[in-house]
Amino acid sequence: MPKLKVEDLEKISEKVKRTMLLREGTGRAKIIVHMGTCGIAAGARNIMTALLKEIEDKDIKDVILTTSSCAGLCSREPMITVEVQGQPPVKYVDLTPEKVREIFAKHVLLGEIVKEYALAFGSERVA
Amino acid sequence: MAYRTNLMLCTCTMCVSVGALKIKRKIEEEIKRHNLEDEIQIIPVGSSWLCTRGPTLIVQPDDVVYQFLKEDDIPHLVEEHLLKGRPVKSLMYIHPETLHPIEKLHQIPFYRQQRLITLRNRGMIDPDKIEECIARDGYKALAKVLKSMTPEEVIQEIKDSGLRGRGGAGFPTGRKWEVCRAVKGSPKYVVCNADEGDPGAFMDRSIIEADPHAVLEGMAIGAYAIGASEGYIYIRIEYPLAIKRLERAILEARDYGLLGENILGAGFSFEAHVFKGAGAFVCGEETSLLASIESKPPEPRTRPPYPAQSGLWEKPTNINNVETWANVAAIINQGAKWFSEIGTETSKGTKVFSLAGNINNAGLVEVPMGITLREMVYDIGGGIPNGKKFKAVQIGGPSGGVVPDSLLDLPIDYERLQEAGAIMGSGGMVVVDEDTCMVDFAKYFLIFTNDESCGKCTSCREGSAAMLEILTRITEGKGEEGDIEFLEELGEAVKEASQCGLGQTLSNPVLSALMHFRDEFEAHIKYKKCPAFVCKDLITYSIDPDKCTGCGLCLKQCPADAITGKLKKPHQIDDSNCIKCGVCRDSCKAKAVILKDRFDK
Repeated sequence: MPKLKVEDLEKISEKVKRTMLLREGTGRAKIIVHMGTCGIAAGARNIMTALLKEIEDKDIKDVILTTSSCAGLCSREPMITVEVQGQPPVKYVDLTPEKVREIFAKHVLLGEIVKEYALAFGSERVA
Repeated sequence: MAYRTNLMLCTCTMCVSVGALKIKRKIEEEIKRHNLEDEIQIIPVGSSWLCTRGPTLIVQPDDVVYQFLKEDDIPHLVEEHLLKGRPVKSLMYIHPETLHPIEKLHQIPFYRQQRLITLRNRGMIDPDKIEECIARDGYKALAKVLKSMTPEEVIQEIKDSGLRGRGGAGFPTGRKWEVCRAVKGSPKYVVCNADEGDPGAFMDRSIIEADPHAVLEGMAIGAYAIGASEGYIYIRIEYPLAIKRLERAILEARDYGLLGENILGAGFSFEAHVFKGAGAFVCGEETSLLASIESKPPEPRTRPPYPAQSGLWEKPTNINNVETWANVAAIINQGAKWFSEIGTETSKGTKVFSLAGNINNAGLVEVPMGITLREMVYDIGGGIPNGKKFKAVQIGGPSGGVVPDSLLDLPIDYERLQEAGAIMGSGGMVVVDEDTCMVDFAKYFLIFTNDESCGKCTSCREGSAAMLEILTRITEGKGEEGDIEFLEELGEAVKEASQCGLGQTLSNPVLSALMHFRDEFEAHIKYKKCPAFVCKDLITYSIDPDKCTGCGLCLKQCPADAITGKLKKPHQIDDSNCIKCGVCRDSCKAKAVILKDRFDK
């Protein structure tokens, strides 16, 4: 193994950065894939795979991908919720891998909401 | 590979001992079954959580924590949470008062008041992967020091931070380094004292198991500051996992050129060696420790000369404890001012405690100095289990003392604890409830120190034996008038006349118990009563005939065949056969078994 120089520490750091942000639970954006039975039946697994591949291919470090259960709108699955820091969360419905790739490129990376796939802005209120 | 979830599975000694590795295999199986290998990664971490609730698992980025995992729980857990995104409430931490499950790690009161400096990487990195440590600023401080600071500047920074030795006595670290740097002699050595031997203490082990590089980096910086190029980590052989992680960390750091010749190309060289301890408590005393590394019998010697003047192989040597070393890099990275703003006037920074005993949340805790004992016991510790009353907390292990209820608002710092008859020590904190007899408790520590006395000084060797003999008599109901005064006199004499820390502090548990719980000693001696109903010679078990339903459960359970009685008729205990184990009392559903004083005086 080559001996490190001072500046190499930063390079190693950068490589592991995505993993570290994931563990800290902090990222610039968070994508929640709804993985209820309904979601899985409608193809949520493919949505998840497509998103993971986007993150990997584009080497994105500051986006966290997580799952949650059924969002209560089973007929419109697969669904995702995109939370970009400082903006209200956006729910997207009736998704396909192609649509998700578009949402990823526009909303997650550039901050432009893809209105035609969006269901609603914000979250439902609890009590 | 881009994973979406990291499973931070605690693989500390305690979690491994309750099956963490089996859990790991089971999770791997289930992840594979659901085809999630490319999405979910298991990370073995060290000392991540509440140590008595293992095996524990933290799911990131969800920040959800699971406890007491069993293999049978895993299929459900993986399917529900990891596949379908529904956290499993039944495996979460239950709040001791509200009895509601708490989902997020950082909502648990145990965690909220902690401030992690020494344990900055606990539960966050795989201790066997140096890259993960580097990603969390590992070796950044060493790089900064080698690139832009003179040894004098490093020493000044540590002095300004107010860091004091975390091994017990609290000597200012920067001052210690300065003395060692100023002494003429070559080569010089740095030593890490990881010979953690106090009953109930596991701070050092946990720090090393969670983040071995924090210790190595601190030592390298210390070596640069005092002008050493070699260091030893003296670690007790009873810590195989910590040793393994440390040895691996050294190899990894050496491969990367972060230890060894010409570190980071900056011209400074430092080698670290692991030295496995000789297995005696006295080896934690610095001069004994050095003798042990030199392959001599581990006996303390007179100081001066101090190790800084004449230490390992009579060369200038700087010894610090694991926790002290682990603070160094954080201070260099964030600055002396930042560090000195945490804590109290005389005690800066944080302290790691191992919280154990009769407490809901036993575990490893890092808190800012100055936090009160009440906050430790009730907020972080979650109070006393089974609705019992708090009685005392023993701080500093066999060298420390007990602090009673009335002093619970005492802020934790070096000076205040000493005033209360305890010491900071290395950070063992044992909480005891109302069912603990303080005479018996003091006796427990004395059995330990009497056993561990190296025997060199008569005062320690014979003094501990004599004190133990008196305490034993008292617990047997054979205490005499004058015993208390004699214990006090003897205790002070042993302190005065012994050469090393072991002897100088071994009477503390007894003296502090006398200071705060004198009435309990008097009850044993004068009235032959044990107020906590612990000392077997002073108590008697009997069955209340009005309450006894004659179910026969106690009769079946009694290991000494001391219970007689016919089914559905009140039973009796034969005191002459009874061994006072308490099994009958624990098993009785009608609460008919009563404890009484044996002697009605």
